[in-house]
Amino acid sequence: MKALRNFVDKIKPAFSKGGKFSALGSTFEGFETFLFVPNTVTKKGSHIRDCVDLKRVMIVVVLALLPAAIFGMYNVGLQHFRAFGDLAAADSIWQCFWFGFWKVLPIIVVSYVTGLAIEFAMAQIRGEEINEGFLVSGMLIPLVMPVDIPLWIVALGTAFAVVIGKEAFGGTGMNVFNPAILARAFIFFAYTSQISGDQVWVEGLVKGGALDTFSGATPLTQLADGLAPAALQSTPMDWFIGTIPGSIGETSFVAIMIGAALLLVTGVASWRTMLSVFAGGYLMGLLFNLIGANDYMLLPAHHHLLLGGFAFGAVFMATDPVTSAQTNCGKIIYGLMIGALAVLIRVINPGYPEGMMLAILFMNGVAPLIDHYVVEANIRRRNNRVKLVK
Amino acid sequence: MSKVIKLKKGLDIKLVGAAEKTVVEMPVKGLFAVCPTDYEGCTPKILVKAGDVVKAGSPLFFDKNRPEVMFCSPVSGVVNAINRGEKRKVLSVVVEADGKQESETFATDLAALSREELIKTLLDSGLWSLFLQRPYGVIPSSAVAPRAIFISAFDSAPLAADMAFVLEGEKDNLQKGIEVLSKLTDGKVYVGLKSGVKSVCEDLQGAEKFYFDGPHPAGNVGVQIHHIAPVSAGEVVWTVNVQDLAIIGRLFRTGALDMTRTIAVTGSQIEKPKYVKCVAGAGINAVVAAAGGLKAQKEGESVRLIDGNVLTGTKRSADDYCSVKCNQITAIPEGDKYEFLGWAMPRLNKFSASHSYFSWLCPKKEYDLDTNLNGGVRAYVVTGLYEKLLPMDIYPMYLLKAILAQDFDKMIGLGIYEVVEEDLALCEFADPSKTEIQTILRDGINLMIKEM
Repeated sequence: MKALRNFVDKIKPAFSKGGKFSALGSTFEGFETFLFVPNTVTKKGSHIRDCVDLKRVMIVVVLALLPAAIFGMYNVGLQHFRAFGDLAAADSIWQCFWFGFWKVLPIIVVSYVTGLAIEFAMAQIRGEEINEGFLVSGMLIPLVMPVDIPLWIVALGTAFAVVIGKEAFGGTGMNVFNPAILARAFIFFAYTSQISGDQVWVEGLVKGGALDTFSGATPLTQLADGLAPAALQSTPMDWFIGTIPGSIGETSFVAIMIGAALLLVTGVASWRTMLSVFAGGYLMGLLFNLIGANDYMLLPAHHHLLLGGFAFGAVFMATDPVTSAQTNCGKIIYGLMIGALAVLIRVINPGYPEGMMLAILFMNGVAPLIDHYVVEANIRRRNNRVKLVK
Repeated sequence: MSKVIKLKKGLDIKLVGAAEKTVVEMPVKGLFAVCPTDYEGCTPKILVKAGDVVKAGSPLFFDKNRPEVMFCSPVSGVVNAINRGEKRKVLSVVVEADGKQESETFATDLAALSREELIKTLLDSGLWSLFLQRPYGVIPSSAVAPRAIFISAFDSAPLAADMAFVLEGEKDNLQKGIEVLSKLTDGKVYVGLKSGVKSVCEDLQGAEKFYFDGPHPAGNVGVQIHHIAPVSAGEVVWTVNVQDLAIIGRLFRTGALDMTRTIAVTGSQIEKPKYVKCVAGAGINAVVAAAGGLKAQKEGESVRLIDGNVLTGTKRSADDYCSVKCNQITAIPEGDKYEFLGWAMPRLNKFSASHSYFSWLCPKKEYDLDTNLNGGVRAYVVTGLYEKLLPMDIYPMYLLKAILAQDFDKMIGLGIYEVVEEDLALCEFADPSKTEIQTILRDGINLMIKEM
């Protein structure tokens, strides 16, 4: 490591102010701090500091995303081979995974390259250090995409999310909306046919040639089309494990829960937010069960939590500390509302088979208002004390 | 009548180098100093010049903003130097001790003194500067009587001096001190004690006692005030450090100013951490040497000397002097080293409040932490963490953002009257965004003082 450090020290002056490559200063700094935790010491205030930094926080989230990503790659292969009747290949875990790996990797690469390039450029313009926030967004975006999404749309969606969703507000920590959801929403409204319907969720289906008996529709699409829960192709066990068509990383409840466990044990995500999203969705499902006006309303409440992007959104998106409510009390209200809204949109509005994305986006916008009232209550408590004393 | 208040929030940071319970007495010789920079908002007007003969209690300078507040020599001897820094800012007034410890005489017959005369004695003897007022954490105005006076009889900070040990044998002085305080306030005098620990402070008469149970910052007087009787807008309370209370009591018991105190010399870089009994304002070098000195350093390594604890103390060099109110000196390694991929490593030797490292699995382990920032400064991202470390009904991040936005109504509403830097020090320690929370808070408080 000494040799690497010496090399970094040797080339450092060229990237410093006034050096030959000073225009790449932030980029160099980004890579340097990636390789080596800087030798900066505390100047004011607390002399010792916690060894946790944003790099650590973000890398924990990326690790938590890996089970969902790996399962997603496997599932891409599985769905493809099933659709095209290659049952021998569908039985081989490795064949499925490799097939999916080579389909998903380009999407991940495009997302990271586009997003990081913009982040690096913005950091240079602002003269700031590069922020680690996109390490997570760059992984989230591919996982909420259908596998057949054209790469240029991924790039466009990512660019929109980073520039308009984040940098326009001042960068990581200042954004109102979760960048990954914003990317998905942008693509959903701008290129609807590429991210919805019955074809895009399984690789190759758009090109044709699949078995006639195979339907690429997600369970939620089928439910929204009025299919009775009992008539679905897949079973709740399939939803739990994740062997159904859907966005790359969203289908497997169990893989997402492994990630959730990591996030909760490390304390990186708030258990309040996560739990209350599930609670909100479950309660809304129960309410619909009580009304029971159509088949969809009769879908057992806990099945809502297994389907579509609900679990993924609850674990990885709703818990984003920047765009969620920031007070403990606010987090519970925020979570309950997301869960309830997501199920409400699913069941009531057939135009949107999945409501999670819109529910989180909407609540991202409302979160500051929730916090405002929680904080106001604190201020009122304090002011009331003054009145009591007088 | 004493009550136990249980606090759940907070964090104990266990470090290597706690002081062994032995006391080394340091003779009164060599250089002693009073540093105006140790007092928040003090603009000194110097009253002595090099060569002047002074006694213990002779004024060295006063605060131009409040000319009645004197800062006095802790020792008798000859003024050695007045050290100035940039723009002729006074850094320290140094007195060379003659070892006789002659004291100025003050009116100290407590029973015969009126409240005004008592205040005058405290102001003239320099002991007034030992008080702090809330809000703001500054030396109080003599014109306003406090609603109450609070004393924390224990320190919960990392490696802090064991006050129960330090105060052994000081009971009479402390009792006299409580009597002095009772005369200064129309309200009550409160003493915060550590639950389950025997202390001479338990037997003090004339003070209401509360027991606190929980991790740091349970020993912070601000936290205790919050749970006993919080400071509201328009109120003033005072606080005084428990060792300083003994010094105040000593003056009124003996009639002579005796600023002797016990300092815990702690930290991983001290050869044999122990307690040193010395007069306030002693040289850092002398105190550390009395405790056995620093460990030998390898080439390229250096030590940070801290007046106070690792969370709130002031960085000092070996040639500097202890602050008058110093209870603890800490020596830890400087962390001016690069660490390859440190953020991705298990880092078993480092401590974190977050569970993304493993230190939470071994709660008894003691750590040798250095001064590395462990990351770069970022915008606030993580939420909910700061609240876990502050056992008060306050939203720290909203308060900090109100300060950054200079929104006075919000600052007051969110509780700036109730906190000083030390209360938010743990938040600063644990902040993954590495912001300077204590500095932000002090800037906010100073803004309040200026504008309100």
